[in-house]
Amino acid sequence: MIRSLQDDQRIVITGIGLTSPNGNSLADYREALLAGRSGVDNYHIRYVGDTLAGECDYDELRYQKRREVRRGTRAGSVGIYCANETIVDSGLEWDKLDRSRVGVYVGVTEHGNVETENEINEIKAFDYDTKVWSHHHNPRTVANNPAGEITLNMGITGPHYTIGAACAAGNAGLIQGAQMLLLDECDVAIAGGVSESIRTFGIFAGFASQGALAANEDPTRASRPFDMDRNGIVVSEGGCLYTLERFSDASKRGAKIYGELVGHAMNSDASDFVMPNPVQQSKCINLALERAGLNAEDIDIVSTHATATTSGDIQECTALRSVFGNAKKTRINNTKSFIGHAMGAAGSLELAGNLPAFNDGVCHATINVEHLDEQCHLDGLVLNQPQEVGDVQYILNNSFGMLGINSVAIIKKI
Amino acid sequence: MDRSEIREEVLDILKDIAPDEDLSDLKDEQSFREQMELDSMDFLDIVMELRKRHRIQIPEDDYVNLASMNSTVEYLEPHMSDIERV
Repeated sequence: MIRSLQDDQRIVITGIGLTSPNGNSLADYREALLAGRSGVDNYHIRYVGDTLAGECDYDELRYQKRREVRRGTRAGSVGIYCANETIVDSGLEWDKLDRSRVGVYVGVTEHGNVETENEINEIKAFDYDTKVWSHHHNPRTVANNPAGEITLNMGITGPHYTIGAACAAGNAGLIQGAQMLLLDECDVAIAGGVSESIRTFGIFAGFASQGALAANEDPTRASRPFDMDRNGIVVSEGGCLYTLERFSDASKRGAKIYGELVGHAMNSDASDFVMPNPVQQSKCINLALERAGLNAEDIDIVSTHATATTSGDIQECTALRSVFGNAKKTRINNTKSFIGHAMGAAGSLELAGNLPAFNDGVCHATINVEHLDEQCHLDGLVLNQPQEVGDVQYILNNSFGMLGINSVAIIKKI
Repeated sequence: MDRSEIREEVLDILKDIAPDEDLSDLKDEQSFREQMELDSMDFLDIVMELRKRHRIQIPEDDYVNLASMNSTVEYLEPHMSDIERV
């Protein structure tokens, strides 16, 4: 049974601002996803050396002065770019808007590691004399930094904070924004996720020690979820922030609407630091479906979280099989195969890359699957080439993270 | 360093701290703040850079001396006269 809500209880997406390793706007990003173009390239970072990463090349001076870029963090800069882009895209009359009623909710996997590593590297040259430890360290590393920098840049005086949710953060930011609109904490929410993770050697070294860092002669073929030859995660940076509004407000101003958040869920595995739990993942998916008043068969596209670790991919596919095993029309894809794992931005970026399917009726592929791992076999997997699927009404986006944090968002075409 | 070299060194630091500013017509007798967008964190950057580059420790009570180029050079001259500019 489809739920029925008042228009002021319905939350819709009216703007998208993003930067991804393969595109700095939704149009460019979608074009790259349909063309099968990867954003992964060779990358070098201190101590770790030569590796691979997805690096963004957005114009950081479009919305910031060089002084602001220098003062802030990469995550802040990514956030500022995405936040400005999403507001421009939304068509909101920014100059006339009451910015005390704008909330900023930014999902992050981690924050502060980059700056702390930089400072330790800096003081190493001074025999670890902490007198040269930067006074910028604390404002750059406080956990609200990326969201706070957005408010400073855009003159937003409503609430702001980050949502620390490991790699489920992109969805978690989106969900938080929606909830704050429902609680009337704001009238416009800028919500999603950002990541600066490729600027910290620790994340590469950590995954390498875990045996979970991807390597490949050809960077574009390195991120290969579901493929037998996968060998781990490609770390990426990026950001994707949505403009969220109540449907009543959006329709009143005649806004372009990308879709409605009709269902969401978050839960915890409570079973392991790193190993995902397919039972809890499937419960999370089912809870989101239940809240949306939908059955699995109603979902046209499932955007998977799979990161190209053997166990993680198999666990998610086990969860999906249990929910979507009889859902004949449901197509399943993966965006990390193009852009790597954008950490805090992953959930929101991966959803954004699929939203244009509401208009073009195409499910983008999962690339780099040359030898499908049979344990990842799902009838609806769209492999290597995009697939025409016709009318798309519902997209379900999975995003999971360490410490067993699961998140699911379901978007409906309006 | 002589006074002109110290001035060049301070200018070099200011270029890093305020990369959007055109410092070619900086008036040495006028305060930095009247001519540039600088806040307290930027002034701490000047102190930090002098510490890092030349091991000069400036006590907090002396920060007032960094108000303009003239006062800064005046203050730094005894601290930097023995330092070679590289």
